[in-house]
Amino acid sequence: MSSNASKPRTLYDKIWDAHLVDEQADGTCLLYIDRHLVHEVTSPQAFEGLRMTGRPVRAPEKTIAVPDHNVPTTEGRDKRIDNEESRIQVEALDKNARDFGINYYPVSDIRQGIVHIVGPEQGWTLPGMTVVCGDSHTATHGAFGALAHGIGTSEVEHVLATQTLIQKKSKNMKVEITGSLRPGVTAKDITLSVIGATGTAGGTGYVIEYCGQAIRELSMEGRMTVCNMAIEGGARAGLIAPDEKTFEYVRGRPHAPKGAQWDAALNWWKTLFTDEGAHFDKVVTIRGEDIAPVVTWGTSPEDVLPITDVVPSPEQFHGGKVEAAKRSLEYMGLQPGQRLQDITIDTVFIGSCTNGRIEDLRAAAAILKGKKIKDGLRAMVVPGSGLVRAQAEEEGLAQIFIDAGFEWRLAGCSMCLAMNPDQLAPGERCVSTSNRNFEGRQGRGGRTHLASPAMAAAAALTGHLTDVRELMAQEPELA
Amino acid sequence: MDKFTTLSGIAAPMPLVNIDTDMIIPKQFLKTIKRSGLGKNLFDEMRFNQDGTEVADFVLNKPAYRAATILVAGDNFGCGSSREHAPWALADFGIRCVISTSFADIFFNNCFKNGILPIVLPEAERDLCMKDAEKGANARIEVDLEAQTLTLSDGQVIRFEIDPFRKHCLLNGLDDIGLTMEKAGAIASFETQLAQARPWV
Repeated sequence: MSSNASKPRTLYDKIWDAHLVDEQADGTCLLYIDRHLVHEVTSPQAFEGLRMTGRPVRAPEKTIAVPDHNVPTTEGRDKRIDNEESRIQVEALDKNARDFGINYYPVSDIRQGIVHIVGPEQGWTLPGMTVVCGDSHTATHGAFGALAHGIGTSEVEHVLATQTLIQKKSKNMKVEITGSLRPGVTAKDITLSVIGATGTAGGTGYVIEYCGQAIRELSMEGRMTVCNMAIEGGARAGLIAPDEKTFEYVRGRPHAPKGAQWDAALNWWKTLFTDEGAHFDKVVTIRGEDIAPVVTWGTSPEDVLPITDVVPSPEQFHGGKVEAAKRSLEYMGLQPGQRLQDITIDTVFIGSCTNGRIEDLRAAAAILKGKKIKDGLRAMVVPGSGLVRAQAEEEGLAQIFIDAGFEWRLAGCSMCLAMNPDQLAPGERCVSTSNRNFEGRQGRGGRTHLASPAMAAAAALTGHLTDVRELMAQEPELA
Repeated sequence: MDKFTTLSGIAAPMPLVNIDTDMIIPKQFLKTIKRSGLGKNLFDEMRFNQDGTEVADFVLNKPAYRAATILVAGDNFGCGSSREHAPWALADFGIRCVISTSFADIFFNNCFKNGILPIVLPEAERDLCMKDAEKGANARIEVDLEAQTLTLSDGQVIRFEIDPFRKHCLLNGLDDIGLTMEKAGAIASFETQLAQARPWV
């Protein structure tokens, strides 16, 4: 199961080699898939394909389904989903999970949540695995040192039928974040800053390995945030080598190995690192100390600036980006030279597979504790899973959000992509902890500024884009 | 899958960079459980006003480009969401070929599963195609996959590169799953090895 063992290999090389079923002369490979995550939006046509050809799911025990994209985040959704099309998709997933015998977490189950939060939470995601899902943010699972990426629906059907994927190997890219982050700077600021530096196509054709002291110092939650947005940088996947933090996170989870299997797994996991001297085709290095709390100003995740900056002018860009920047500024209703901190907002959304984990809710609650959001602002917290929600309630975080004026919702993708009723109105301006600020992403005409949970909480208090460090300076105990 | 061999058609210019799959097919159209019928909502929020009327200056609404079968696009076409609804919508509208300097990885893969040929060209050559497309309906581009050539309206020929396996599948309309099923023996023996080496998987 492994080749080239003598040559120094990257982490990506090692995982690739361990999953290679077949390689053709032209480099087209068949890769074995250890975990296949499925949700209601990108799977119905794949299951229909299986039915039409009479094919079973090859490895139902390695296939995990959960509805997340469409589900309302309000009470009563386990009884009835009002939107007919959404209901049909969720019911189709119910039926497909049952008919094909795959693992399933329905909306009535407390373990339901965003597929990329449920997978790690339940111990389905383990180091060294290949993980795919019909969703681009599958990159999240790379935080465990798993090779994880999004696939299309035809490939979903391919994996269901064969437990493999036809692939060509990507190139290796290293993104090193040296040193430590300054106070008020988080994993979200790292991942956005990397995209700001490399562009949304900077990672195209590559698998990124994130490394360096600042990455090692992140919690597993933070590492998931970083890898989650590898796709926004164009990379097929993002990876972080597993370490003691990874093993501690995984240990004891429902589907993590136990007993002798745990020991065997741990032995192998400890070999999952990039060898000294292994070749990277592209290297990007950023000093952790240089990263500031950032926000996006435009309609591409590469439109990233420190919160202390001003809205750029299209003339600052080159080539096709000049027109794109003009279009972005018009869509966003912003003027070049305007201070980012002067931009007033209507809405705050905290949640998504990028920032819907317990640590994210803690970070936001720390800023909000004992305070009220700006009058007239609409603010919403959508925990990433039912278990995150329960833990936040137990820790008293839910009450902090509610007292501050936030709506406290049930788990799902929600306003990250606005397929459910949680949407922006035209012109409504939102600070969002999600991953995409595309035109119309959170609702037609909606204006999205991506930021970290702490920055989103700060903006909720003031009603405009805000440097969270200023609020922290007022109350040093928060730092 | 539909074969792709040759195509002669109107090319529509879309010079905007980073056209994402949310633009190609907005999320409200992802609620379908079918593959078909998405063409009418292709580029919906760019193509139609909120009241459903057409945006007059959107390229595919202009008389010259309503029957376009080729798009010439700005850099990094198809970025963002993995939704295969994007190539489904393009194909359903009638677009069978997209020409750009770069494509996002998942979208690029998805095209080949749906009989759409994404062609990557160096910037200068993509710009030649863009100029040609900007001439309107009289500027037909011819695509020959076997020969790996584009012929512009003035007769200029541009050669493009393509992965040989993908070319073979497109030319013959081959179904990936069928091809992989032929390797069932190799998959089974891998699984036997896996059960020994990593039984926790």
